[in-house]
Amino acid sequence: MSPLNGARMLGLGVYRPARVVTNDEIAQRVDTSDEWVRSRTGIATRRIADEEETTVAMGAAAAEKALAAAGLTADTIDLVIGATCTSPSQIPGAGPQIAHRIGAGQAGAFDINGACAGFSYAVSTAADMVRAGSVRHVLVVATERLSDYTDWDDRGTCILLADGAGATVIGAAETDEIGPAVWGHDGSRPEVIRVPGYGDNMFRMEGQAVFRWAISLVPTVRQICERAGVAPDELAGIVPHQANLRIVEALAAGIGATNAAVARDVVDSGNTSAASIPLGLARLLDTGVIRRGDPVLLFGFGAGLTYCGQVVRCP
Amino acid sequence: MSQDVLAGLAVILEEVAGVDPADVTPEKTFIDDLDVDSLSMVEVVVAAEEKFSVKIPDDDVKSLKTVGDAVSYIQRAGVAA
Repeated sequence: MSPLNGARMLGLGVYRPARVVTNDEIAQRVDTSDEWVRSRTGIATRRIADEEETTVAMGAAAAEKALAAAGLTADTIDLVIGATCTSPSQIPGAGPQIAHRIGAGQAGAFDINGACAGFSYAVSTAADMVRAGSVRHVLVVATERLSDYTDWDDRGTCILLADGAGATVIGAAETDEIGPAVWGHDGSRPEVIRVPGYGDNMFRMEGQAVFRWAISLVPTVRQICERAGVAPDELAGIVPHQANLRIVEALAAGIGATNAAVARDVVDSGNTSAASIPLGLARLLDTGVIRRGDPVLLFGFGAGLTYCGQVVRCP
Repeated sequence: MSQDVLAGLAVILEEVAGVDPADVTPEKTFIDDLDVDSLSMVEVVVAAEEKFSVKIPDDDVKSLKTVGDAVSYIQRAGVAA
Protein backbone atom coordinates (compact mmCIF):
# COMPACT_ATOMS: atom_id res chain seq x y z
CA MET A 1 0.00 0.00 0.00
CA SER A 2 1.32 3.40 -0.96
CA PRO A 3 1.90 5.92 1.79
CA LEU A 4 -0.68 8.69 1.98
CA ASN A 5 1.58 11.58 1.03
CA GLY A 6 -0.93 13.52 -1.02
CA ALA A 7 -4.00 15.56 -0.23
CA ARG A 8 -7.39 15.81 -1.86
CA MET A 9 -10.84 17.27 -1.46
CA LEU A 10 -13.00 14.54 0.04
CA GLY A 11 -16.33 16.33 -0.12
CA LEU A 12 -17.96 19.65 -0.89
CA GLY A 13 -21.03 21.33 0.58
CA VAL A 14 -22.66 24.70 0.08
CA TYR A 15 -25.39 26.85 1.57
CA ARG A 16 -27.39 29.39 -0.40
CA PRO A 17 -29.66 31.80 1.52
CA ALA A 18 -33.34 31.40 0.75
CA ARG A 19 -34.08 34.95 -0.31
CA VAL A 20 -33.52 35.81 -3.99
CA VAL A 21 -33.15 39.51 -4.81
CA THR A 22 -33.65 40.61 -8.42
CA ASN A 23 -32.10 43.55 -10.23
CA ASP A 24 -35.57 45.10 -10.52
CA GLU A 25 -35.87 45.07 -6.73
CA ILE A 26 -32.56 46.94 -6.41
CA ALA A 27 -33.61 49.36 -9.15
CA GLN A 28 -36.50 50.45 -6.94
CA ARG A 29 -33.97 51.89 -4.51
CA VAL A 30 -31.05 53.12 -6.62
CA ASP A 31 -30.85 54.51 -10.15
CA THR A 32 -30.05 51.40 -12.19
CA SER A 33 -31.85 48.83 -14.34
CA ASP A 34 -31.91 45.11 -14.95
CA GLU A 35 -30.39 45.64 -18.41
CA TRP A 36 -27.56 47.82 -17.07
CA VAL A 37 -26.65 45.40 -14.26
CA ARG A 38 -26.74 42.36 -16.54
CA SER A 39 -24.63 43.97 -19.25
CA ARG A 40 -21.95 45.28 -16.84
CA THR A 41 -21.81 42.37 -14.39
CA GLY A 42 -23.73 39.40 -15.76
CA ILE A 43 -25.68 39.29 -12.49
CA ALA A 44 -29.41 38.52 -12.76
CA THR A 45 -30.16 37.68 -9.12
CA ARG A 46 -28.32 37.32 -5.83
CA ARG A 47 -29.05 35.61 -2.51
CA ILE A 48 -29.35 37.78 0.59
CA ALA A 49 -29.31 36.22 4.06
CA ASP A 50 -31.99 36.79 6.68
CA GLU A 51 -31.34 37.36 10.39
CA GLU A 52 -31.06 33.63 11.12
CA GLU A 53 -28.60 33.02 8.29
CA THR A 54 -25.48 34.27 10.06
CA THR A 55 -21.97 33.56 8.80
CA VAL A 56 -21.73 30.85 11.46
CA ALA A 57 -25.13 29.30 10.65
CA MET A 58 -24.51 29.28 6.89
CA GLY A 59 -20.96 27.99 7.37
CA ALA A 60 -22.11 25.20 9.67
CA ALA A 61 -24.83 24.15 7.20
CA ALA A 62 -22.29 24.00 4.36
CA ALA A 63 -19.80 22.16 6.60
CA GLU A 64 -22.33 19.47 7.50
CA LYS A 65 -23.08 18.87 3.83
CA ALA A 66 -19.35 18.64 3.06
CA LEU A 67 -18.90 16.10 5.87
CA ALA A 68 -21.83 14.04 4.59
CA ALA A 69 -20.42 14.15 1.04
CA ALA A 70 -17.07 12.95 2.37
CA GLY A 71 -18.74 10.20 4.40
CA LEU A 72 -17.12 11.47 7.59
CA THR A 73 -18.38 12.45 11.03
CA ALA A 74 -17.43 15.69 12.77
CA ASP A 75 -15.32 13.90 15.38
CA THR A 76 -12.78 12.97 12.67
CA ILE A 77 -12.05 16.64 11.95
CA ASP A 78 -8.74 17.85 13.42
CA LEU A 79 -8.96 21.46 12.29
CA VAL A 80 -11.60 23.92 11.12
CA ILE A 81 -10.38 26.88 9.05
CA GLY A 82 -12.93 29.63 8.58
CA ALA A 83 -12.38 31.78 5.49
CA THR A 84 -14.34 34.99 5.88
CA CYS A 85 -13.98 38.75 5.74
CA THR A 86 -17.54 39.54 6.84
CA SER A 87 -17.87 38.32 10.41
CA PRO A 88 -20.14 40.73 12.30
CA SER A 89 -17.18 41.93 14.37
CA GLN A 90 -13.41 41.55 14.51
CA ILE A 91 -13.65 38.93 17.25
CA PRO A 92 -14.64 36.19 17.80
CA GLY A 93 -13.81 34.33 14.60
CA ALA A 94 -16.29 32.09 12.79
CA GLY A 95 -14.12 28.93 12.82
CA PRO A 96 -14.48 28.02 16.51
CA GLN A 97 -18.24 28.67 16.49
CA ILE A 98 -18.72 26.55 13.36
CA ALA A 99 -16.59 23.76 14.91
CA HIS A 100 -18.78 23.88 18.02
CA ARG A 101 -22.03 23.93 16.11
CA ILE A 102 -21.20 20.88 13.99
CA GLY A 103 -19.75 18.94 16.94
CA ALA A 104 -16.12 18.89 15.84
CA GLY A 105 -15.09 18.55 19.47
CA GLN A 106 -11.47 17.58 18.82
CA ALA A 107 -10.74 20.26 16.28
CA GLY A 108 -8.50 23.28 16.40
CA ALA A 109 -10.20 26.29 14.86
CA PHE A 110 -9.27 29.67 13.47
CA ASP A 111 -10.10 32.07 10.61
CA ILE A 112 -8.08 33.45 7.76
CA ASN A 113 -8.96 36.68 6.00
CA GLY A 114 -7.83 36.42 2.41
CA ALA A 115 -10.90 38.36 1.27
CA CYS A 116 -12.12 36.95 -2.06
CA ALA A 117 -9.00 34.76 -2.30
CA GLY A 118 -9.67 33.27 1.15
CA PHE A 119 -10.94 29.89 -0.02
CA SER A 120 -7.91 29.19 -2.22
CA TYR A 121 -5.53 30.29 0.54
CA ALA A 122 -7.33 28.08 3.07
CA VAL A 123 -7.34 25.07 0.73
CA SER A 124 -3.60 25.49 0.16
CA THR A 125 -2.93 25.80 3.90
CA ALA A 126 -5.09 22.77 4.69
CA ALA A 127 -3.52 20.62 1.97
CA ASP A 128 -0.01 21.39 3.20
CA MET A 129 -1.00 20.51 6.78
CA VAL A 130 -2.42 17.20 5.59
CA ARG A 131 0.69 16.40 3.51
CA ALA A 132 2.93 17.26 6.45
CA GLY A 133 1.01 14.80 8.61
CA SER A 134 -0.05 17.42 11.16
CA VAL A 135 -3.73 16.59 10.65
CA ARG A 136 -5.92 13.88 9.14
CA HIS A 137 -8.90 15.93 8.05
CA VAL A 138 -9.30 19.68 7.75
CA LEU A 139 -12.61 21.38 7.19
CA VAL A 140 -12.30 24.59 5.18
CA VAL A 141 -15.41 26.77 5.52
CA ALA A 142 -15.84 29.92 3.45
CA THR A 143 -18.81 31.91 4.66
CA GLU A 144 -19.77 35.48 3.87
CA ARG A 145 -22.52 38.01 4.57
CA LEU A 146 -21.48 40.90 2.37
CA SER A 147 -24.99 42.30 2.78
CA ASP A 148 -24.01 43.44 6.30
CA TYR A 149 -21.34 45.67 4.75
CA THR A 150 -23.33 46.83 1.72
CA ASP A 151 -24.20 50.48 1.17
CA TRP A 152 -27.61 50.01 -0.43
CA ASP A 153 -27.44 53.57 -1.78
CA ASP A 154 -24.17 52.94 -3.68
CA ARG A 155 -25.26 51.63 -7.07
CA GLY A 156 -21.67 50.74 -7.99
CA THR A 157 -21.43 48.05 -5.32
CA CYS A 158 -24.90 47.11 -4.04
CA ILE A 159 -25.68 45.40 -7.33
CA LEU A 160 -22.72 43.05 -6.85
CA LEU A 161 -22.65 41.91 -3.24
CA ALA A 162 -24.31 38.82 -1.83
CA ASP A 163 -24.27 36.11 0.82
CA GLY A 164 -23.56 32.37 1.01
CA ALA A 165 -21.21 29.67 2.20
CA GLY A 166 -19.21 26.74 0.87
CA ALA A 167 -17.10 24.11 2.61
CA THR A 168 -14.78 21.25 1.76
CA VAL A 169 -13.10 18.49 3.73
CA ILE A 170 -9.44 17.94 2.85
CA GLY A 171 -7.72 14.71 3.77
CA ALA A 172 -4.84 12.42 2.87
CA ALA A 173 -4.63 10.60 -0.45
CA GLU A 174 -2.21 8.27 -2.23
CA THR A 175 -1.88 10.65 -5.15
CA ASP A 176 -1.85 14.39 -4.74
CA GLU A 177 -5.03 15.98 -6.07
CA ILE A 178 -4.45 19.56 -4.93
CA GLY A 179 -1.92 21.31 -7.11
CA PRO A 180 0.71 23.82 -6.01
CA ALA A 181 -0.69 27.22 -5.10
CA VAL A 182 0.34 30.24 -7.14
CA TRP A 183 -0.14 33.39 -5.13
CA GLY A 184 0.88 37.00 -4.88
CA HIS A 185 -0.25 40.46 -3.87
CA ASP A 186 -0.25 44.15 -4.69
CA GLY A 187 -0.37 45.58 -1.19
CA SER A 188 0.41 49.04 -2.52
CA ARG A 189 -3.25 49.53 -3.40
CA PRO A 190 -5.29 48.75 -0.27
CA GLU A 191 -7.77 51.51 -1.10
CA VAL A 192 -9.29 50.03 -4.26
CA ILE A 193 -11.34 47.43 -2.34
CA ARG A 194 -11.94 48.12 1.33
CA VAL A 195 -14.20 48.45 4.33
CA PRO A 196 -12.58 51.60 5.73
CA GLY A 197 -13.53 50.98 9.38
CA TYR A 198 -13.36 53.60 12.13
CA GLY A 199 -17.01 54.43 11.68
CA ASP A 200 -17.42 53.57 7.99
CA ASN A 201 -18.31 49.89 7.86
CA MET A 202 -19.45 49.84 4.24
CA PHE A 203 -17.77 48.04 1.38
CA ARG A 204 -16.08 50.53 -0.99
CA MET A 205 -14.59 49.69 -4.36
CA GLU A 206 -13.02 51.46 -7.32
CA GLY A 207 -14.63 49.22 -9.88
CA GLN A 208 -12.65 50.08 -13.00
CA ALA A 209 -9.29 49.84 -11.24
CA VAL A 210 -10.21 46.43 -9.84
CA PHE A 211 -11.52 45.26 -13.20
CA ARG A 212 -8.26 46.28 -14.85
CA TRP A 213 -6.15 44.52 -12.22
CA ALA A 214 -8.24 41.36 -12.43
CA ILE A 215 -8.13 40.97 -16.21
CA SER A 216 -4.36 41.60 -16.12
CA LEU A 217 -3.95 38.39 -14.08
CA VAL A 218 -4.22 36.11 -17.13
CA PRO A 219 -0.47 35.24 -17.04
CA THR A 220 -0.87 34.28 -13.36
CA VAL A 221 -3.74 31.96 -14.20
CA ARG A 222 -1.61 30.36 -16.91
CA GLN A 223 1.11 29.88 -14.33
CA ILE A 224 -1.31 27.95 -12.10
CA CYS A 225 -1.74 25.44 -14.94
CA GLU A 226 2.00 25.24 -15.54
CA ARG A 227 2.74 24.57 -11.87
CA ALA A 228 0.10 21.83 -11.85
CA GLY A 229 1.43 20.28 -15.07
CA VAL A 230 -1.99 20.64 -16.71
CA ALA A 231 -2.41 22.42 -20.05
CA PRO A 232 -5.26 24.97 -20.15
CA ASP A 233 -7.09 22.91 -22.78
CA GLU A 234 -6.93 19.87 -20.47
CA LEU A 235 -8.94 21.63 -17.76
CA ALA A 236 -12.47 20.27 -17.31
CA GLY A 237 -13.54 23.35 -15.42
CA ILE A 238 -12.43 26.81 -14.41
CA VAL A 239 -13.80 28.50 -11.31
CA PRO A 240 -12.49 32.04 -10.93
CA HIS A 241 -13.77 34.08 -8.01
CA GLN A 242 -17.26 35.12 -9.06
CA ALA A 243 -16.68 38.87 -8.95
CA ASN A 244 -18.25 39.81 -12.25
CA LEU A 245 -19.09 37.64 -15.25
CA ARG A 246 -16.97 39.79 -17.54
CA ILE A 247 -13.86 39.16 -15.44
CA VAL A 248 -14.68 35.44 -15.26
CA GLU A 249 -15.02 35.20 -19.03
CA ALA A 250 -11.95 37.35 -19.73
CA LEU A 251 -9.79 35.09 -17.53
CA ALA A 252 -11.19 31.87 -18.99
CA ALA A 253 -10.76 33.11 -22.58
CA GLY A 254 -7.36 34.63 -21.80
CA ILE A 255 -5.75 31.32 -20.84
CA GLY A 256 -7.39 29.40 -23.69
CA ALA A 257 -9.31 26.95 -21.50
CA THR A 258 -11.18 25.86 -24.58
CA ASN A 259 -12.59 22.60 -23.20
CA ALA A 260 -13.39 23.82 -19.70
CA ALA A 261 -16.83 24.43 -18.26
CA VAL A 262 -16.65 27.96 -16.88
CA ALA A 263 -18.36 28.67 -13.55
CA ARG A 264 -20.98 31.36 -14.06
CA ASP A 265 -22.66 31.09 -10.67
CA VAL A 266 -22.30 34.88 -10.33
CA VAL A 267 -25.31 35.18 -12.65
CA ASP A 268 -27.62 33.68 -10.01
CA SER A 269 -25.63 34.24 -6.83
CA GLY A 270 -23.79 37.57 -7.14
CA ASN A 271 -20.39 38.13 -5.57
CA THR A 272 -20.05 36.18 -2.32
CA SER A 273 -16.33 36.86 -1.76
CA ALA A 274 -14.54 33.78 -0.32
CA ALA A 275 -17.66 31.64 -0.68
CA SER A 276 -17.93 32.19 -4.43
CA ILE A 277 -15.40 29.55 -5.49
CA PRO A 278 -16.97 26.60 -3.61
CA LEU A 279 -20.43 27.83 -4.69
CA GLY A 280 -19.28 27.99 -8.31
CA LEU A 281 -17.59 24.59 -8.11
CA ALA A 282 -20.70 23.03 -6.57
CA ARG A 283 -22.84 24.46 -9.36
CA LEU A 284 -20.63 22.86 -12.03
CA LEU A 285 -20.72 19.51 -10.19
CA ASP A 286 -24.48 19.68 -9.62
CA THR A 287 -25.19 20.34 -13.28
CA GLY A 288 -23.05 17.35 -14.28
CA VAL A 289 -20.70 19.24 -16.59
CA ILE A 290 -17.72 18.16 -14.47
CA ARG A 291 -17.26 14.97 -12.48
CA ARG A 292 -15.29 13.51 -9.60
CA GLY A 293 -11.58 13.40 -10.49
CA ASP A 294 -11.75 16.06 -13.21
CA PRO A 295 -9.03 18.75 -13.13
CA VAL A 296 -10.50 22.14 -12.26
CA LEU A 297 -8.73 25.45 -11.85
CA LEU A 298 -9.66 27.60 -8.84
CA PHE A 299 -8.54 31.22 -8.72
CA GLY A 300 -9.36 33.74 -5.99
CA PHE A 301 -8.49 37.44 -6.22
CA GLY A 302 -9.61 40.53 -4.40
CA ALA A 303 -9.08 42.99 -1.58
CA GLY A 304 -5.53 43.41 -0.40
CA LEU A 305 -4.93 43.25 -3.22
CA THR A 306 -4.16 39.55 -3.05
CA TYR A 307 -4.66 36.43 -5.13
CA CYS A 308 -4.21 32.66 -4.89
CA GLY A 309 -5.12 29.73 -7.12
CA GLN A 310 -4.55 26.07 -7.74
CA VAL A 311 -5.67 23.16 -9.91
CA VAL A 312 -7.59 20.53 -7.93
CA ARG A 313 -9.27 17.26 -8.79
CA CYS A 314 -13.01 17.49 -8.21
CA PRO A 315 -14.31 15.95 -5.01
CA MET B 1 -2.08 59.79 -37.82
CA SER B 2 -0.77 56.25 -37.93
CA GLN B 3 -2.93 53.91 -39.99
CA ASP B 4 -1.23 50.95 -38.28
CA VAL B 5 -2.33 52.08 -34.85
CA LEU B 6 -5.80 52.87 -36.12
CA ALA B 7 -6.12 49.44 -37.75
CA GLY B 8 -4.75 47.75 -34.61
CA LEU B 9 -7.30 49.55 -32.46
CA ALA B 10 -10.06 48.46 -34.81
CA VAL B 11 -9.05 44.82 -34.38
CA ILE B 12 -9.07 45.21 -30.58
CA LEU B 13 -12.44 46.97 -30.59
CA GLU B 14 -13.93 44.20 -32.70
CA GLU B 15 -12.56 41.48 -30.40
CA VAL B 16 -13.46 43.15 -27.12
CA ALA B 17 -16.70 44.95 -27.89
CA GLY B 18 -17.93 43.61 -31.22
CA VAL B 19 -17.46 46.96 -32.99
CA ASP B 20 -17.55 46.85 -36.80
CA PRO B 21 -14.01 47.82 -37.96
CA ALA B 22 -15.52 50.04 -40.66
CA ASP B 23 -17.00 52.22 -37.90
CA VAL B 24 -13.61 52.85 -36.29
CA THR B 25 -12.64 56.29 -37.58
CA PRO B 26 -10.73 59.02 -35.73
CA GLU B 27 -13.67 61.30 -34.95
CA LYS B 28 -15.81 58.58 -33.32
CA THR B 29 -16.27 58.67 -29.55
CA PHE B 30 -15.87 55.35 -27.76
CA ILE B 31 -18.86 55.66 -25.46
CA ASP B 32 -21.52 57.47 -27.51
CA ASP B 33 -20.66 56.52 -31.09
CA LEU B 34 -19.18 53.04 -30.72
CA ASP B 35 -21.22 51.99 -27.65
CA VAL B 36 -18.12 50.86 -25.73
CA ASP B 37 -19.00 50.83 -22.03
CA SER B 38 -16.55 51.71 -19.24
CA LEU B 39 -15.48 48.11 -18.58
CA SER B 40 -14.97 47.37 -22.27
CA MET B 41 -12.88 50.54 -22.44
CA VAL B 42 -10.65 49.04 -19.73
CA GLU B 43 -10.33 45.85 -21.77
CA VAL B 44 -9.47 47.88 -24.88
CA VAL B 45 -6.78 49.77 -22.95
CA VAL B 46 -5.24 46.59 -21.51
CA ALA B 47 -5.20 44.97 -24.97
CA ALA B 48 -3.73 48.14 -26.53
CA GLU B 49 -0.96 48.26 -23.93
CA GLU B 50 0.04 44.73 -24.89
CA LYS B 51 -0.30 45.20 -28.64
CA PHE B 52 1.57 48.52 -28.86
CA SER B 53 3.98 48.02 -25.92
CA VAL B 54 2.86 51.24 -24.19
CA LYS B 55 1.63 52.15 -20.72
CA ILE B 56 -1.72 53.91 -20.39
CA PRO B 57 -2.34 54.82 -16.73
CA ASP B 58 -5.92 54.95 -15.36
CA ASP B 59 -5.79 58.74 -15.04
CA ASP B 60 -5.00 59.12 -18.73
CA VAL B 61 -7.72 56.71 -19.87
CA LYS B 62 -10.36 59.29 -18.88
CA SER B 63 -8.95 61.77 -21.43
CA LEU B 64 -9.30 59.35 -24.33
CA LYS B 65 -12.74 60.29 -25.64
CA THR B 66 -12.34 59.57 -29.35
CA VAL B 67 -10.54 56.98 -31.43
CA GLY B 68 -8.26 59.80 -32.63
CA ASP B 69 -7.37 60.67 -29.00
CA ALA B 70 -6.31 57.07 -28.42
CA VAL B 71 -4.28 56.83 -31.64
CA SER B 72 -2.42 60.07 -30.82
CA TYR B 73 -1.80 58.96 -27.25
CA ILE B 74 -0.42 55.57 -28.32
CA GLN B 75 1.85 57.19 -30.92
CA ARG B 76 3.25 59.65 -28.36
CA ALA B 77 3.66 56.96 -25.70
CA GLY B 78 5.34 54.68 -28.23
CA VAL B 79 7.85 57.38 -29.20
CA ALA B 80 8.56 58.18 -25.54
CA ALA B 81 9.17 54.50 -24.79
